Amino acid sequence: MGRNKIFTKIKKPFLWPACVVLFMALPLVVDSNYITSVLIVIGLYTIIVQGLGILMGYAGQVSFGHGGFFGLGGYAVAVLTTRYDWPPVLALLAAIALPGLVAAGIGRPALKLREFYLALGTMGFGILIHTMFNEAGKLTGGPSGIAGIPYLSTGGLVFDSDIKFFYLVWAVVLLVLFGINNLIRSRVGRALRAIRESEHAAETAGIDTGKLKLKAFIFSALLAGLAGGLYAFYVTFVSPAPFGFNASVQFVLMAVVGGLGTFFGPLLGATLVVLLGEFLRWAIPLVIPGAGGEYEIVFFGLILVLLMIYRPEGLGTLGKILTSPGKKKPGAAEAGIPGGGRGYEVN
Amino acid sequence: MLLEVQGLTKQFGGVAAVRDVGFQVAEGTIFALIGPNGAGKTTVFNLITGMLRPDAGSINFSGRRLDGLKPYQIAAAGITRTFQNLQLFGGMTVLENVMTGAHIKGKTGFIKAMLRRPGINAEDKQIIEHSMALLGEVGLDGSANLPAAALPFGSQRLLEIARALASGPRLVLLDEPAAGLNSTETRTLAGYLKKLRNNGLTMVLVEHDMETVMEVADRILVLNFGRVIAEGTPAEVQADPKVIRAYLGEDERIA
Repeated sequence: MGRNKIFTKIKKPFLWPACVVLFMALPLVVDSNYITSVLIVIGLYTIIVQGLGILMGYAGQVSFGHGGFFGLGGYAVAVLTTRYDWPPVLALLAAIALPGLVAAGIGRPALKLREFYLALGTMGFGILIHTMFNEAGKLTGGPSGIAGIPYLSTGGLVFDSDIKFFYLVWAVVLLVLFGINNLIRSRVGRALRAIRESEHAAETAGIDTGKLKLKAFIFSALLAGLAGGLYAFYVTFVSPAPFGFNASVQFVLMAVVGGLGTFFGPLLGATLVVLLGEFLRWAIPLVIPGAGGEYEIVFFGLILVLLMIYRPEGLGTLGKILTSPGKKKPGAAEAGIPGGGRGYEVN
Repeated sequence: MLLEVQGLTKQFGGVAAVRDVGFQVAEGTIFALIGPNGAGKTTVFNLITGMLRPDAGSINFSGRRLDGLKPYQIAAAGITRTFQNLQLFGGMTVLENVMTGAHIKGKTGFIKAMLRRPGINAEDKQIIEHSMALLGEVGLDGSANLPAAALPFGSQRLLEIARALASGPRLVLLDEPAAGLNSTETRTLAGYLKKLRNNGLTMVLVEHDMETVMEVADRILVLNFGRVIAEGTPAEVQADPKVIRAYLGEDERIA
């Protein structure tokens, strides 16, 4: 026991940085464009699900419309760089700001809805945005989309290869992870969780729940927009397809699979769902000849149903290794407080 | 008068849950609302805390009009409450529950919290110390890091009171704080409420346990079918024939 304790004590400060360094070295060691591109996609989705996780897992509000925010970010970059010759960095900032503004606009009425109605309302929004991408042909290029998006560049740095993009995306993931880790252990994080636990009690504790839910909604839209903008710079082409209702469902699935309100849930969920998607893309045509991507959603839906029945808390709570670094008391993580033991030292 | 309620009326459909209710609560006293089930006591609480909007009447707190404000604004004005059916943040720790109760004492915002700017730790540390002191008073400091849902029922009631006190309110509304407590716990609770009053806190209490009410309350308001039927000191109320009739029914006339 005692020896084991010392062992972990020495190791712990180095464990997570070591994992990060090892992971970051992955594309250099594994010389495969396919694997690097899958890792980039996982990173992009993780950014979205991190934001969605704050909204769903902490503030307790669901959204089936984040494919729309993702798309707004993507199209903001595509339109501004190809049609208006904006510098890439400015276009990326716009890709963050535009979904944020839209979320601020629709958030107040939308968040008055609860549960199923909120799900339907946000779903309607997502479909609306998706339809707009298809139909506003002059601006969005219609179903064929917009090609020829330049590489993201700033100063002398041009993100023109998968490896460079890998580092950019995962640096953003780490930055967001850091920010969220701070957020959830703060006064704001407590208030967000309080809303999920009991909105009445939160209100009478002096928390402006309407405003805070709106902030969480805007925050999640900003991150979805950021991911969308990065996505556009990465594939240098946007079309309506990746931003539809399927995408929104996938994001919710990722958030739930990873475990709502857990620290590594978004990362875990995005990884598992992307890998599963890759697997299905390979496996489904073997079983059903000629089948396309539309069958994936059937499996995703099935998984969501099974998960809700058998493991509604997600997979993020399965193993100890998946809880946050710095965790000391097992009770804290079960209560949904990543790093809880560290945040509340009491003499 | 710290709290002045006048002509408070609330209809649900065609039924008047509360009709023309008025009372005044002096600073540093315990004021009890009693009455049979369905008399409108909790509705009065919900109206004062802004969870319901009155159809008519006014609520003045320390000279400021409160009716029409939202619950969080009323909390900021200095009124907090507990709930008859506990509304703890069950998945959060005992300490975090109280810290969340102190929400309005902090200033950290969304962006500042993410960047974890200096000053946040100092603010949190202060709130932790304050919250631990409150937990110490109800004897829950040893359970600070347990999930609130893991506490026994009696402790959960005490935790709700500690949470309601965390923001440093001037008035606390307690909705049946003794419900579900055994007699020892009820005695402890009564002693605690009296201690809080002696420290200058004003409380309005809804309670069915008459022994507790008679012991702690300075004044009592009796409601029946949404109307005030009596008000006075515990001794006056106990002797009031209208109150006896409301509680015992009018069976004796039939018999």
